[in-house]
Amino acid sequence: MEIILLLFIFTLAAFLGFELISKVPSQLHTPLMSGSNAISGITIVGAMIATAGTEGSLTATLVGTAALVLATINVVGGYMVTDRMLAMFKKKGDK
Amino acid sequence: MNPAFVNFIYIIASILFILGIKMLGKAETARRGNIVSSVGMLIAVVITLFDKKIIDCSDPTSWGLLAGGLAVGAIIGAVVAKKVKMTAMPEMVALLNGFGGLASLLVAAAEYYFDSVKGQMPSDFSKFAIIATIFIGGVTFTGSVYAWGKLSGKISGKAKVYPGQKTVNAVVAMLTIAASAVFVVLGDFQSGLGTMIAVIILSLLLGIVAVMPIGGGDMPVVISLLNSLSGMAASAAGFVLHNNVLIVAGCLVGASGLILTVIMCKSMNRTLSNVLFSGFGATGSKSQKLDGEMKPMSTDDAYFVLEAAQNVVFIPGYGMAVAQAQHAVKELAEILENNGAEVSFAIHPVAGRMPGHMNVLLAEADVPYEQLKEMEEANRILETADVAIVIGANDVVNPAAAEDKGSPIYGMPIIEAYKAKTVFALKRGKGAGFSGLENGLFFRPNTRMIYGDAKATINDLVAKFKDK
Repeated sequence: MEIILLLFIFTLAAFLGFELISKVPSQLHTPLMSGSNAISGITIVGAMIATAGTEGSLTATLVGTAALVLATINVVGGYMVTDRMLAMFKKKGDK
Repeated sequence: MNPAFVNFIYIIASILFILGIKMLGKAETARRGNIVSSVGMLIAVVITLFDKKIIDCSDPTSWGLLAGGLAVGAIIGAVVAKKVKMTAMPEMVALLNGFGGLASLLVAAAEYYFDSVKGQMPSDFSKFAIIATIFIGGVTFTGSVYAWGKLSGKISGKAKVYPGQKTVNAVVAMLTIAASAVFVVLGDFQSGLGTMIAVIILSLLLGIVAVMPIGGGDMPVVISLLNSLSGMAASAAGFVLHNNVLIVAGCLVGASGLILTVIMCKSMNRTLSNVLFSGFGATGSKSQKLDGEMKPMSTDDAYFVLEAAQNVVFIPGYGMAVAQAQHAVKELAEILENNGAEVSFAIHPVAGRMPGHMNVLLAEADVPYEQLKEMEEANRILETADVAIVIGANDVVNPAAAEDKGSPIYGMPIIEAYKAKTVFALKRGKGAGFSGLENGLFFRPNTRMIYGDAKATINDLVAKFKDK
């Protein structure tokens, strides 16, 4: 049953994703892409569990740590770079 | 802490992601949207510390690695994000994408390995989710790194094709799928781990061979597709861990990335499979013979034309990014405005190497938002424009797309630069564009070629206005 529930969530999220993006001006394509790229770094949550939730297997813990570093770069780098870009867009809106 | 509470917080994080993406789609709210989504990420990370598996962990090494991993990743991410040049944004996005994909792959591999240590064979569905994560994550990683290499010029940006390439790629893809299927079916860990490693290697290989035949000009499509895939990898990892925030957030990115990919394909009037598999632009294709000749012009003469112009349209392309000419262009635009001319910028959706590439560069140079025109509006303005200045754009202004039925780019919507009274084409040499096509625009009677580095040419023009 749990699997069906998860698939249910997945399907709804997919449709939501399609709906959200359909009418975005091309000006915003790059920030949208790098911003959503940062969201895909949500795998950081999985990496945390793989790092600290695998007690008893050092190998699994270390592989998890590698994942954690990469995912954190993805998240922090992604959000910050998107913000930097959008800050430039913002300036002109204020003019 | 109660797992239900953790899941409840995950729902809040998911809502913030959804709102964040929605707000990112509008110019006025985009920056706040990004912050909203980053807050969602922060609370997801914090509440994960209370996940049952983590809170039960008594091993100080694990806690140390958790804290250390977060710190190291955050520092590297912050430094890179601060230092990267705006012109290097496409390769930055590609690289971050790749990291996300690899992280998902490693999460799935670590989970399976941990299962093997505990001796608990995961269910067939879990095995399917594990191998799907590895498959997608692996392709995303090497595909992105290869794209990064192409975009940053570390390897040639040209499409690489060789005889039998399609067969080789098909074989690699089939082998990866076959090995994945074997992994799901196998019942013992020893062969399971071996098969998993085989799938890891094959999927990494697949990422490389798949991106190889795709040329630089098609990178906007590839980057947004890889972005979509990195989301799908995270979502698949969510099925491995039975974690709903991973599933929702990953899937949102997967779906939105796919939409963006389709938008990019439509702006070139090509199908996704044509972009991915055709090896477009690798061979200098045969197009119709072009009459006339390219007429060069000096910046002296160009200055006199611009001096009298009332309506000037800039058409930037990848060449502007390469020459890093955006600041010089902005300066010239300002001078022209003070000189009484109306100035606008015509932006083709696939100009440059990633979706919205030109907008980012011009924003960096402080070009007012209102001057940036999307294709349709730009084409209306061009009908009455005195001068169109094409800066390092080629295929997106090639009239063959509208006129030559035999041309490979026939049907692609273009910026109709040829409608302007005079067209200046700033170009380094006489070579063809990314598609390998000759550009009829350059042979038109109203077109003048200004050869040389775009930045130097523009600076030269700026100097002439100042000397006046």
